[in-house]
Amino acid sequence: MSDPILKVKDFCVDFWVDGTWYPAAIEMNFELKPGEVLAIVGESGSGKSTTALGLMSLLASNARTSGSVKVKDVEMLEASPSVLRKSRGREVAYIFQEPMTALNPVYTIGFQIVETLRNHFDIGPKEAHERAVELIRMVDIPDPEKSINKYPHQLSGGQRQRAMIAQALACDPGLLVADEPTTALDVTVQAEILDLMRGLKDKLNSAILLITHDMGVVADMADEILVMKDGVTVEHGSADQIFNRPQHPYTKELLGSVPKLGSSVKRVLEITDKEPVLKIENVTIEYPKRGRIPAFVAVKNFNLEIFRGEIVGLVGESGSGKTTVGRASIGLLPIKEGKIELVGKDISHATQKELFSIRRHTGIVFQDPASSLNPRLPIGESIGEPIFLAGLAKGSDLAHKVEDLLDQVELPRSYRNRYPHELSGGQRQRVGIARALALTPDLLIADEPTSALDVSVQARFLDLLQELQGKLNFACLFISHDLAVVDILAHRIAVMQDGKLVEVGDRDQILQNADNAYTRRLIAAVPVPDPAEQRIRREARLAAKN
Amino acid sequence: MIFSKKKNVEALEETSIINKEIEGLSQGQIVRRRFFRHKGAMISIIFLASIIVFVYSSLKMKIFSFTYPGWWKYTIEDLPPLELGACKDGLVGCPTLSLRPEFLGGNGISLGEHPFGQDDIGRDYFALVMRGAQRSLMVTFVIGFIGGTIGTVVGAISGFYRGIVDSVLMRFTDFIITIPTIIIGSVIGFHFGNLGVGFLAFYLGLFAWTGLSRLVRGEFLTLREREFVDAARVAGATNRRIIFKHILPNAVGIIIVSVTLLMSGAILLETALSYLGFGVVSPDVSLGSLISQYQESFTTRPWLFWYPGLFIISIALSINFIGDGLRDAFDPRQRRRITKKDRERAVRLKREAAQK
Repeated sequence: MSDPILKVKDFCVDFWVDGTWYPAAIEMNFELKPGEVLAIVGESGSGKSTTALGLMSLLASNARTSGSVKVKDVEMLEASPSVLRKSRGREVAYIFQEPMTALNPVYTIGFQIVETLRNHFDIGPKEAHERAVELIRMVDIPDPEKSINKYPHQLSGGQRQRAMIAQALACDPGLLVADEPTTALDVTVQAEILDLMRGLKDKLNSAILLITHDMGVVADMADEILVMKDGVTVEHGSADQIFNRPQHPYTKELLGSVPKLGSSVKRVLEITDKEPVLKIENVTIEYPKRGRIPAFVAVKNFNLEIFRGEIVGLVGESGSGKTTVGRASIGLLPIKEGKIELVGKDISHATQKELFSIRRHTGIVFQDPASSLNPRLPIGESIGEPIFLAGLAKGSDLAHKVEDLLDQVELPRSYRNRYPHELSGGQRQRVGIARALALTPDLLIADEPTSALDVSVQARFLDLLQELQGKLNFACLFISHDLAVVDILAHRIAVMQDGKLVEVGDRDQILQNADNAYTRRLIAAVPVPDPAEQRIRREARLAAKN
Repeated sequence: MIFSKKKNVEALEETSIINKEIEGLSQGQIVRRRFFRHKGAMISIIFLASIIVFVYSSLKMKIFSFTYPGWWKYTIEDLPPLELGACKDGLVGCPTLSLRPEFLGGNGISLGEHPFGQDDIGRDYFALVMRGAQRSLMVTFVIGFIGGTIGTVVGAISGFYRGIVDSVLMRFTDFIITIPTIIIGSVIGFHFGNLGVGFLAFYLGLFAWTGLSRLVRGEFLTLREREFVDAARVAGATNRRIIFKHILPNAVGIIIVSVTLLMSGAILLETALSYLGFGVVSPDVSLGSLISQYQESFTTRPWLFWYPGLFIISIALSINFIGDGLRDAFDPRQRRRITKKDRERAVRLKREAAQK
């Protein structure tokens, strides 16, 4: 066996906040050999990213590190800034979560790769350019000679992440630190990026330190796994050990809360009403032309009906138009053609005034709870606003209703005077639900409500939503990119691609024997927390490619 | 029996504390509470209020047919003889104000005949400064109010509605920006100077809102795309409610900072106009005109500078402090600063807990 490239011993990180040291990572010990993948898994706030950044002293100035980090037998924690600068990029390269923010928007990707190359090697601009083209070809970005002169905003999300990887690989680093490399990407793109990373690792014989919260990704990539909770390593072992024989209760809980496809019980819904709550007929939605940008058809000839008490999952990749459908169905977006009927009333040509009264029957939960709550409004007021505006209650009556709603979503009543930023992500999303349910709507639109949440928080949130739906019996359009989540909730599933409805049907029919190739591809790309299963799928994917 | 009663009372107190914590507060109530807790702003607001009362009550004033006597014996029209006062080196009209008590080797605390001294022709300088401060305060508030209101409304409307409304309003703003304020002031001062300084301030306010409206528009353009605006729309809020209740409080930081700068700037604008001879027309005075009038006597008779300057600084500073307090009160992220005392207490509590 070769020598480990990274040796971490008793590594601690503390943050100085308000006069005390808060530990963020405590006594981390691990080693990494070339060609190996170590995954650090944990929920947000568990200290996994802190550990990764702390390895190369990239933390904020109020952090303190101790212990020992050796990269190729060079101690990094006490290294001088110039040694560190040389090692960063050369020995240890980073891939970040959000490629749009990690790449500089005012330079071409070629320029940024060339810059990295020329910082570390003594080469001329022409040579560096050639090498950059080679790197871009290596990460499978189409048409490398042309793509090298593109700006980050001209690339798709997956291509941007590829460009980031190309930049990280520019100096053949021995260790690649990938901090949530696929979180911002669609499942199908995610699978491609993971395949690419695995291929490159084998080709270059580098080690990968993978930071993620997604157990499916871990199952796909990792040789060895380290589970973290509140800064402490709770379990450390091979992938097989962790997935098949987890010891620590937290690991079990983490694995248990990962939604699995086809694992939930079959639910049968008897539809008694003849009239659907939401009826979308041949709807086309277009974003109008702005300046030189031509008009863009986001949704074309879309048909869907949702009945009382039914949850319909709407899935598709980003850009497929699912959110557009969700917004249009409560009249937030104008439609170009077709007809949308909400509780028997046509909203496609309704006036502002009519819309107000129709909207009382609807509620919406947005994707990002941080942005969907007014930061200047205490949450009690946010929740009470629909009731107040509908003129149903005022003063102490309103206060009681808000308390009831808070109880319903299992938040303490004392939270009503808090501002949104004082709540955690999961709590904020509960506030979002409480507000959406304030007027006991007939239709609830949930637009990716769990994509910003951790798996265990997500599991609790889905339970709550299901329970409330059972109690209040509203119709629900659940928009998500995550098939596993939709599987848990939905009675029926609709699949969208490029603005068109590809397939719609009962949950079991879609998940088990989908007619459409796109649906099957989408299902196959969902990562499962099971290394063996992932290997089978990977091979199937490769076979299909060749 | 007694014991249980006591217990009951305790339990009652406990519940009332809990009730207090979960009692629903509106945004306005929370902001007000936070503002009252801001020490600097509260001191400044009291200070500014006392300056206003002090300044406006000092001189004789005619309000329609009613004459308010004022507690100061001179007005700016009186011409008492020039007095020697405490002067040395052949000067006349020095301030007679003495603040050093006798036991510290001074002349005791007394106002004297002319506490701020006299000007060239013997007018009482205290009366002049009071009159000047009245004028400057009025100019400041009128410009701040009119400029602030117009700027916020224009910026909010064009940022919220975008499209053609935005284009029309912003081209109009461009047009106003291209006209130099000094020229507007001169024209207004030249034609309507005899109508009084209030009129001048009103017109200046009509031209002073441009910068603010641009800032507010930019803020609105970004805020209107946030999801909470859609959430409010789904909740049934009208455009007016969305603008004033949801977006405006989020833009209030920028508005307050900008308006307080506008108000401090207004004092200087009025000074500049008075210096050019278009602002406050003699015999009326403002703090600015007093300073520019005596700019050459700085080395020989510095008090002619000190007193109006002191008032300008106090007014501008307290306005800025109040603005700071308001901005902090509106900002939900702003927490009460943790003082050294709090830290020590936390350490002590921790130690006590450890001992237990």
